[in-house]
Amino acid sequence: MTNTPDTLIPVVGVITDVRLDTPDIKTFRVVTPDGKKAFDHRPGQCAMLSIPGVGEAMFSITSSPTNTEYMEFSIKKCGCVTEWLHAAEAGQQITIRGPYGNPFPVDDVFAGKNLLFIAGGVGLAPLRSVINYCRHYRDRYGDIDIVYGSRSKADLLDYREIIEEWSNDAGVKVHLTIDNAQPDWDGHVGFVPNYVKELGFDTNKTAVLCGPPIMIKFTLEGLIALGFDKTQVYTTLELRMKCGVGKCGRCNVGAKYVCKDGPVFRCDELEELPNEY
Amino acid sequence: MLKCSLQNVNAAFARIAESMKLYLPVDRGDGKTRFDVWSEGKEWSTALNTERSAKDFFFPQTENLMEFKTEGKKIEVIDIREENEVFVIFGVRACDVRSFDILDRVFLSDPVDSFYKNRRDHGIIVSVACGKPAETCFCSVFGIDATSPAGDVTAWRTDDAVYFTANTEKGSALLALIGDLCEECGTEAVDAQRAKTQKILEKLPLKDLDTKNFGGGKTKEFFNNPLWESLSSTCLGCGTCTFVCPTCQCYDIKDFNTGNGVIRFRCWDSCMYSEFTKMAHGNNRLTQTERFRQRFMHKLVYYPENNEGIFGCVGCGRCLSKCPISMNIVKVMKAMGGNEND
Amino acid sequence: MQKINREVLLEKAVALLESNTVSCVLGWRAGEFDYDVTPFVFTDAADLKANFVWNDFCGANFSKYLVAKTRKHEGKILVFLKPCDTYSFNQLLTEHRFDRERVYVVGVPCEGMADINRVKSIAGDGISKIEFEADAMAVSTLYEDAPIRVSYADALSERCKNCKSKKHVAYDELLGDAGDVIDSNRFDEVEALEKMTPDERFAFWQKELSRCIRCNACRDACPACTCEKCVFDNPASSLENKAPANSFEEKMFHIIRAFHVAGRCTDCGECSRVCPQNIPLHLLNRKFIKDINEFYGEYQAGAEVGSRAPLIDYTLGDLEPGEVFDRGDR
Repeated sequence: MTNTPDTLIPVVGVITDVRLDTPDIKTFRVVTPDGKKAFDHRPGQCAMLSIPGVGEAMFSITSSPTNTEYMEFSIKKCGCVTEWLHAAEAGQQITIRGPYGNPFPVDDVFAGKNLLFIAGGVGLAPLRSVINYCRHYRDRYGDIDIVYGSRSKADLLDYREIIEEWSNDAGVKVHLTIDNAQPDWDGHVGFVPNYVKELGFDTNKTAVLCGPPIMIKFTLEGLIALGFDKTQVYTTLELRMKCGVGKCGRCNVGAKYVCKDGPVFRCDELEELPNEY
Repeated sequence: MLKCSLQNVNAAFARIAESMKLYLPVDRGDGKTRFDVWSEGKEWSTALNTERSAKDFFFPQTENLMEFKTEGKKIEVIDIREENEVFVIFGVRACDVRSFDILDRVFLSDPVDSFYKNRRDHGIIVSVACGKPAETCFCSVFGIDATSPAGDVTAWRTDDAVYFTANTEKGSALLALIGDLCEECGTEAVDAQRAKTQKILEKLPLKDLDTKNFGGGKTKEFFNNPLWESLSSTCLGCGTCTFVCPTCQCYDIKDFNTGNGVIRFRCWDSCMYSEFTKMAHGNNRLTQTERFRQRFMHKLVYYPENNEGIFGCVGCGRCLSKCPISMNIVKVMKAMGGNEND
Repeated sequence: MQKINREVLLEKAVALLESNTVSCVLGWRAGEFDYDVTPFVFTDAADLKANFVWNDFCGANFSKYLVAKTRKHEGKILVFLKPCDTYSFNQLLTEHRFDRERVYVVGVPCEGMADINRVKSIAGDGISKIEFEADAMAVSTLYEDAPIRVSYADALSERCKNCKSKKHVAYDELLGDAGDVIDSNRFDEVEALEKMTPDERFAFWQKELSRCIRCNACRDACPACTCEKCVFDNPASSLENKAPANSFEEKMFHIIRAFHVAGRCTDCGECSRVCPQNIPLHLLNRKFIKDINEFYGEYQAGAEVGSRAPLIDYTLGDLEPGEVFDRGDR
């Protein structure tokens, strides 16, 4: 082959494990055919997964970079690519290319800080990578608070990992909430933005927000009310993407390309963008 | 500088075509001109410009990226690219030559688009100075000199000869091929022709279009301007402006099932289309006004913000003559305050 | 030159706007040059007076805009319609695409509209001014000292050369005379195509359609194309735009579109007018119209509101498929 490799040309990945996390979210474990990780990434970065003939789509890498054996993707069923993936079994090959986008500033801005992670629904998927990275290098960070909410108990992603691992870590507090009361739930009931206000965090923290746009909007307002500055809050954007490298033009908002300049943005940076994301 | 008499031009084309594909503007017979592969009998058009831009040479409307073979759960990814052959694009106008720079800044920035780069590396550009600009021309607004275009070789065509000067090594090598059909000469004829064209350029109706109000960092200033609504009120949402534009480079990637495999191809797309930003769970530009705004904001604000102030327009005027409702970047710039005299 | 001048239309528009009979005016707005007029929704009388245009380049058919504009604007919309536009107007009403009560139609007689490409083929590029004189356009260019005179007949667009009717079939008010349906030679080109051998015809369409860049302007301008969601924009249809396997695959798009508008196309010619690649798309539709006329009797879509087009109306005398098939041997 005389041609240099192109970023648009993916490599083959194998789904080695499929875990049903919630009624509409599955987590896929992916390695290359020779059993290795397809590439290294930083927490918050994304990858393009595709099924030939079905399509290609961008997903955040759920697993932490500290996992040296495989990558994981928690994927909600909501379009043709995700529906196809949800029907796939272990052993199925797909294609993968990446990593794309900017990571969370885990090694500089986050270092030494108390961290507050706030996620709604499948919004935990991109945060799980950061949370597990920070847990791995536990001594580099201060206290960690995790607020996570979903529609119901069954819709809480990574519930087993949260309860059995995260909650048991020293200096890590997990605050779970669900939208509506249900018989087998004795935890908090209510929406994430309200819960954050109820928990009333002090502002000596860097916050990371991920979830549906409406949740981000109201949670950010809540954090501001608690005294947080927008420069202390990070979030991620999600727009239609095709190339993943800032060329095809789809995820262009203002002078930024979400696939390349994002998906991670500090909330004061978002204010500089036109309001169309 | 080399001079090739018009009688010798076809011999020069034949010489070049012996070793590489030569594309040049050819009249189609219905008043329109397009780039065509030269062969004996094809005449170099004297028309001002080709109906379609020259971007196809490097960024074709559709191109296959790769092939997949699937068998059971297995997938094979096949790189189907072939080594490109060297080719010459002869007779590119100044505006279209500049458009290559604008595309380069997208496709050759990290990570490099190797599909584009392969073509770019193999293309030799012979530009030709304009002699009869049209009323729709406004390249000078973007600092382009229509009388002295860039490219590997610059050519000037007078009534009796074509004058060449090489600007790059590639260009020198090309001219060396036809050296015996040319003679060395001074710049007098070219200078005279340039001066004549300059006079016309000074009379062009759009030459005073003002760009200074636009540029990077002006997002807030223009984004919420209520004029977007009225300017776009009769926009059909077709992709004509995007497709005839030499600098529009948005694309789509799609899969095509061939029956015994899958071809993944890319094709031009348009921010004017309703599906462009549609996701499984929403669309961040729901109205034609938002899509219309995106196209012009990108050319006048976003692109310059990311590219040292260079605008994403070269003033070729194709959108002026092709838009079904005659709405175009000139009208947008004037309405939004591009011209203080208005 | 148009018989009714700008001032007559303007006066009418201003009066209707200022009396609140209408809330906005769908008209033409002056451009950079004398020929590049833009359809525009005027809501302000001062703006109208300053920028409203009516000349020989006001070719756009406004009927289709009414589908979107009656949803967007409150009150009545004043629309200026030329005779051929009124057929599209009626056809859209037949298809219940907008509320007739929301529109105030002012019929404008039409002497045929000019095609700037034809003007340029005579006067050359670099047009700096066009003056509309009684018998010809006086076209000033950057390259000639004196204006070049281009007769209106020479400037006429193809669709207007083959004008089928000067009759207004829908209006609330008429400026000037009503006009009549006229004899036209519009099927001559279709007949020429029919006389070709299948191979010649295939070559003809291959040559024309391979230029298509799939910008969709023909569809987006076509008054018969008003689906809320076009099949070519639907990712699930597998026909979604922008996917030609070869340069001639575009034929699929155009042939499907021609079938879809068959019996509903009024032959307004917008498809060919807007095509940036100058493909004579109207010939596909005209072939359907000619066939329908021959198979089912003369029928003009949009001639009246509510008529049942032959293709959606069953009668015992209808042609059998075999008879159509056998025609191939004719």
